[in-house]
Amino acid sequence: MALSQENAPIYEALVEFGKKRVVPFDVPGHKRGRGNPELTALLGEKCVSFDVNSMKPLDYLCHPVSVIRDAEILAAEAFGAAHAFLMVGGTTSSVQAMVLSSVKRGEKIILPRNVHKSVMGALVLCGAVPVYVDPLCDERLGIPLGMRLSDVERAMKANPEAKAILVNNPTYYGICSDLKSIVELAHKHNMLCLVDEAHGTHFYFGENLPVSAMAAGADMAAASMHKSGGSLTQSSFLLIGSAMSEGYVRQIINLTQTTSGSYLLMSSLDISRRNLALRGKEVYARVAKMAQYARDEINTIGGYYAFSKELINGESIFDFDVTKLSVNTLDIGLAGIEVYSLLRDEYDIQIEFGDLGNFLAYISVGDRPREIERLVSALSEIRRRYGKSGGGMMHQEYIEPIVEATPQEAFYAQKELLPIEQTKGRVCSEFVMCYPPGIPILTPGELITSEILDYIRYAKEKGCSLTGSQDPDVNSLYVLL
Amino acid sequence: MEFWFSENHTPNVQISIRVDKQLYSGKSEFQRIDVFDSPEFGRFLTLDGYMMLTEKDEFIYHEMITHVPMAVHPNVKKVLVIGAGDGGVIRELVRYHDIEAIDMVEIDPLVVEVCKKYLPQTACRFDDPRLTIHYEDGLRFVRFKENEYDLIIVDSTDPFGPGEGLFTKEFYGNCFKALKDDGILINQHESPFYPEDAAACQKAHKNIVETFPIAKVYQAHIPTYPSGHWLFGFASKKYHPLKDLNEIRWNMRSLTCRYYTTTLHKGAFYIPAYVEALLKNVE
Repeated sequence: MALSQENAPIYEALVEFGKKRVVPFDVPGHKRGRGNPELTALLGEKCVSFDVNSMKPLDYLCHPVSVIRDAEILAAEAFGAAHAFLMVGGTTSSVQAMVLSSVKRGEKIILPRNVHKSVMGALVLCGAVPVYVDPLCDERLGIPLGMRLSDVERAMKANPEAKAILVNNPTYYGICSDLKSIVELAHKHNMLCLVDEAHGTHFYFGENLPVSAMAAGADMAAASMHKSGGSLTQSSFLLIGSAMSEGYVRQIINLTQTTSGSYLLMSSLDISRRNLALRGKEVYARVAKMAQYARDEINTIGGYYAFSKELINGESIFDFDVTKLSVNTLDIGLAGIEVYSLLRDEYDIQIEFGDLGNFLAYISVGDRPREIERLVSALSEIRRRYGKSGGGMMHQEYIEPIVEATPQEAFYAQKELLPIEQTKGRVCSEFVMCYPPGIPILTPGELITSEILDYIRYAKEKGCSLTGSQDPDVNSLYVLL
Repeated sequence: MEFWFSENHTPNVQISIRVDKQLYSGKSEFQRIDVFDSPEFGRFLTLDGYMMLTEKDEFIYHEMITHVPMAVHPNVKKVLVIGAGDGGVIRELVRYHDIEAIDMVEIDPLVVEVCKKYLPQTACRFDDPRLTIHYEDGLRFVRFKENEYDLIIVDSTDPFGPGEGLFTKEFYGNCFKALKDDGILINQHESPFYPEDAAACQKAHKNIVETFPIAKVYQAHIPTYPSGHWLFGFASKKYHPLKDLNEIRWNMRSLTCRYYTTTLHKGAFYIPAYVEALLKNVE
């Protein structure tokens, strides 16, 4: 029987499997929830009864030949990819598989410094050498932007032996680079183009949105289905173009992937893909409309700046993702992270993240106008109750890194622990970042400057949650001897 | 033939009212709307299956939500009413000739239309020239208002559905901003009795206490609402509901009521010990 986007092979196989009432003498040991009644009460009988192991009728994630393979083929078709892999280790696993499939120890990869920590983690694992392209920073908003074509070309010419370039597209804030031209440029220089598309799953399904990685001709893309696509947390897709070997990429994935892939995660990918393939256009038209309504209302409050396509400048901001509700807060005299905390503590509203000058509220397939009204009203109240004049706010976010060693060398090097204030001028062996959004302030191998220490101190003072170092409070750091 | 309307007051408690016939059933963008005739309670309106009002006991709710602030505030000229699509609050308000303007904000035009047709007992004064009806989200409407109203009455549905936004801190904060320096906010405050309602009641009180310098709660007995014991919130920037009650002034108006008296006004603020404790807990 021919498969169409109306099908959801894993979901259908699970339903069939459920009807057979097979007696389980395999894992998981909770045996359809009977062995763990408290968990069953929490999650529901149906949910735990589908938490099953790989077996012939349900296929094997590590080596798919039937229903998982079918689900991958349908996903590839829906995303316009040569092949799609179902991923169960978060988009982190998709990003790391992209990097590990493209570069080996000592090989160079070109990337913007504002990548997610998962990219830097992959460099620690494989020993590749990062070549950074300054993503530029918007003066007024203090946010990192996209990659300029001229900067990319300069980096490629200076490092002709580089194997790949990685692009964040869109950024967390919704900023897009000129992806099509970057892909062409990469291929002209015999480099692969990898796209961290964690925040752009909807580009494949909505209308009037920026170009998707596969449509732009990229070689690999990490699409975080659980973010804007509606699947369960930790599920993701890795997409590849025709120049990549499916078999090799699967080998790389299998180096670190679980052999007990969750059918809850996999079926959620399958069902979400079907939903978006069939109804994605309407879904994202609605999301874009709600985001635009929210922007208009927030900009009417005064002080806040909910930005959008007016920022487009043809290079570092080549396009903007209008489903993102990114808001600058500096003119009300509050840091984005302060607004983020007030929304949570005072108004029971949880948004995605706040940094020094901005916050991001995630609008998606599950939102309704009444929640948007609450968010806007709470923002109006925060300005009335807590707003100050906008002076004295630190907002410059991008600090040019000085790379002294590769991430792998620095991570595994001989090192010593120092109080953070004594680390100036030393080479860092660890990561330091605010989470969310998880973009490193320091990565292993970078020189610690007074500018970076000021930034860390200010971020702490404003209530950012800093992570990455062995010391959970980031009061001390490991530095190279 | 047995024909009963039933509503779950908790997962384990149900109230049923015998129905003569169903007069209307429809679905708007926001909710399902039904109107029934019953032998005991007369005509009644339900939204999403929840009892909103019956002809027999609506006077208690509408008198208590309106006359309590009107007997305290000495000079109410401009009133904002949020919700109130059945018209009961408007009917009580227009009895005061010194009120100059009433803005009513109802999210669902169909509720007003249905009530005009089937519930003339409450929806009888929508033609008053002082009244302007705005069909929009109350939370949004109040966001654009500043220092404008003497009195705001929040006649909302329960906080589990379209009315949810009207129990939030952002809403009460925006009401504070919309009120004049001596303004009063009255809200329907849920019941303190069953745990789920009590939690909503407590949360609403917390949000109001954090927003207004004076925040008191008063009670009424409403037979068709869960447990029959219902609360209202009295939040104010200046006037105290008892110290600033002017009995003579209100009684001089010679308004006849079936539930409200200025004596009952005083008693209504003396609430049971367990309710006091429930509210104290978040003050």
